[in-house]
Amino acid sequence: MATVWIPAALRSLTGGRATVSAPGASIKDLIDNLEAAHPGLRARLLDGERLQPGLAVVVDGETSRQKLRHRLRDSSEVHFVATLSGG
Amino acid sequence: MTQTEKPSRPDFRVLGASPIRQDGVEKVTGRARFGADIHLPGLLIGAVLRSPHAHARILSIDPSAALAYPGVKAVVTARDLPELESKIADIGESSINQRYQSDNILARDKTLYFGHAIAAVAAVNAHVAEAAAALIKVEYEVLPPVLDVRAAMAPDAPILLDELRTVGLGELGAGRTNIAAQHLLETGDIEQGFRDASVVVEREFTTAMVHQGYIEPHAATAQVDIDGQVTIWCSTQGSFGVREQVASILQLPLSRIRVVPLEIGGGFGGKNNVYLEPLAVLLSRKSGYRPVKLTMSRKDVLTATGPTSGSVIRVRLGADATGRLTAAQATLIYEAGAYPGSPVGSAMDVIFTPYRIPNVRIEGYDVVVNKPHTAAYRAPGGTNAAFASETVLDELCERLGLDPIEMRLLNGVREGDRKIDGVAFQRIGLLETLEAARASAHYQAAPPGKKRGRGVAAGYWGNYGGKSSASACVNADGTISLIEGSVDIGGSRTAIAMQLAETLELPVESVRTTIADTDSVGETEGTYGSRTTFATGWAAYEVGLKLKSALKERAAGLWEVAIEDVAYADGVFSSGRERLTFAELAAQMDATGGPVVASASVQPSSWGPGFAVHVVDVEVDGETGKVDILRYTAVQDAGKAVYPAYVVGQMQGGAAQGVGWALHEEFVYDTQGRMLNANWLDYRMPVSLDLPMIEAVIVEVPSPSHPYGVRGVGEVPIVPPAAAVANAIYQATGARLGELPMSPGRIVAALRAQGR
Repeated sequence: MATVWIPAALRSLTGGRATVSAPGASIKDLIDNLEAAHPGLRARLLDGERLQPGLAVVVDGETSRQKLRHRLRDSSEVHFVATLSGG
Repeated sequence: MTQTEKPSRPDFRVLGASPIRQDGVEKVTGRARFGADIHLPGLLIGAVLRSPHAHARILSIDPSAALAYPGVKAVVTARDLPELESKIADIGESSINQRYQSDNILARDKTLYFGHAIAAVAAVNAHVAEAAAALIKVEYEVLPPVLDVRAAMAPDAPILLDELRTVGLGELGAGRTNIAAQHLLETGDIEQGFRDASVVVEREFTTAMVHQGYIEPHAATAQVDIDGQVTIWCSTQGSFGVREQVASILQLPLSRIRVVPLEIGGGFGGKNNVYLEPLAVLLSRKSGYRPVKLTMSRKDVLTATGPTSGSVIRVRLGADATGRLTAAQATLIYEAGAYPGSPVGSAMDVIFTPYRIPNVRIEGYDVVVNKPHTAAYRAPGGTNAAFASETVLDELCERLGLDPIEMRLLNGVREGDRKIDGVAFQRIGLLETLEAARASAHYQAAPPGKKRGRGVAAGYWGNYGGKSSASACVNADGTISLIEGSVDIGGSRTAIAMQLAETLELPVESVRTTIADTDSVGETEGTYGSRTTFATGWAAYEVGLKLKSALKERAAGLWEVAIEDVAYADGVFSSGRERLTFAELAAQMDATGGPVVASASVQPSSWGPGFAVHVVDVEVDGETGKVDILRYTAVQDAGKAVYPAYVVGQMQGGAAQGVGWALHEEFVYDTQGRMLNANWLDYRMPVSLDLPMIEAVIVEVPSPSHPYGVRGVGEVPIVPPAAAVANAIYQATGARLGELPMSPGRIVAALRAQGR
């Protein structure tokens, strides 16, 4: 099961928990499973079939380029974070 | 004085030297071609009509008098732009509402800031173009302007954008508003954290809107061919970004646009966005496919191109009796300008990240106001944020009787610590940077004396990776022609060539770099995010590995041995008793299979953040409020400093710009939103007489995210200066200033408020 860090703005959907565990072979699977356990999360993380604009997914410390198709390990740590740009 | 805290790895041949820069001679002799230096047969010159109102409805535009003016070839208004739906589009790593982006090029229904472009003219010369632009009749319904975030957030505030709703994470507000977005970061239990504190300090800060202040104004020339093919020559930080934005705004296929980047006279984030380029394309198309050049005046630059946000920031920090931070809370409200998109998210990332704090809550608001749409500016949002947090931290140090560097060492983040969003740090160099600052000659010197003060501040910037491409061919004489896609602002073409030379174990003089147009190299993101030496240098490293492998194959064929039996070291290929230098093997390319070329593209998924610590001594004149910078030392972790003189230049440049934020710079508006200081006499940037030689101490803690340990260095040096200067002013005067710039008038007022 991956460990998922829930953005502060979405913790009302996880009973205030900052991290939850969820299964999933990919980020897409993971979000589907999060939705089953915490209804409403999917709509806040996804805009249709892609991540919300301005949101990035970090898997095991690395910003994912595959995003929803990113394959996960059992021990993966997943963060949904704001995308930032520099000058 | 410059010192390197840890000497370069002895096994580097090229990295760590500061060779003659490849662009040096052309630039110092004035021969380098910048944005406005393009001259083409049949060239027309453009002029832009700009709004005299900060907030107004456009009732009608009548260009007939301008079109009838002798020498005018075309006039364009927003009606010439494709009408785009309000939709978030991905442009590179950014998400932009394409409708807003188009409306910023030419106002469609409303003008939202003083200087907003309304129409553009192409004519036979600049005089005709300007005279004709003045003949365009625009009927306005003037609306009340909203000029600061507090007024914009008031319940009865005039609304800038009728359709705007507040975006939370995946959630849309219901009512009309000027608050474009709200963000939240939180960890731990903030209330418990403050209960655990022995000392709590809370203050509110205000910072002014400021401009990047690049020397070269924006310039763009476009040629549309009769078959619709577009070529754009411009001053930009990213040619591929220009291509994407023009394609989006004009709804053209990417393959129909070629962007040729010219030399650039500064950008600092302000030359990532397009302003003139779509206008030049429209005018070229409408004037019978003649090339059209547009160049901004300084007034245009200051009134209509990306400044960075003014802000209001409230910070509360708590620490226990030993100095350990127990809680941190902040609310950051950033001006976005006319359209959503302030750097408040980056500011939230910066504000407390240097420290281990178990309980944190940060709220951020992105607020539209009737000022130019903000653009990136060197560590966007970071200077404001650190001004607030590092000033409050300084007050905590004082209340606890702790040395400011000792307290930062006590609380500083290190490898394995988690950021507030939960992501763990890899190897980072904050502690080493603090230790180097503490050991510096400046910090070890006696305190500066009466009416003088010493201030310290630290800063963090996350840096960035991004897409980069490079290709190279080996020439018959053993030299290398390197082609890469990064616009060179701070000398990057040489730093990138050095990484290829390092990989090939050749002198850097063997490699000559060309910065290519968008049709001639793989996609490369702009020179922003402190990413160029890191990512494009990595692409050059990959190219070097491929060239080495290809040449080993040639040698193996020549010597009739397996490729695994060919060794390469110190610029020499060998196998048994066979031996050929790089140049000797290159001379045999034709006999061994023809040209040797290689290309590589990279898109790193992690990158090393940067930390900086600045120490400054000031003297304050209590009568006039004038602040003199007596001594300034900037200390920074560069990972591996590829070209130390460039790293020092970035550190000094960031510190100098930050002193401008601290003491001088601000946009001044009248009550109707008209900018009053749109020139460099009244918009006061620091000059050489305002600054001492800035001492630089480079710390090298290699980044595990790069083959040579490189970290971005360009942005973090602008994060600490405003706070460091504020803390020094406090030490000199006993007055805590909460507003930028800390101009003479504000200092005198603060001293009078203290009865001094």
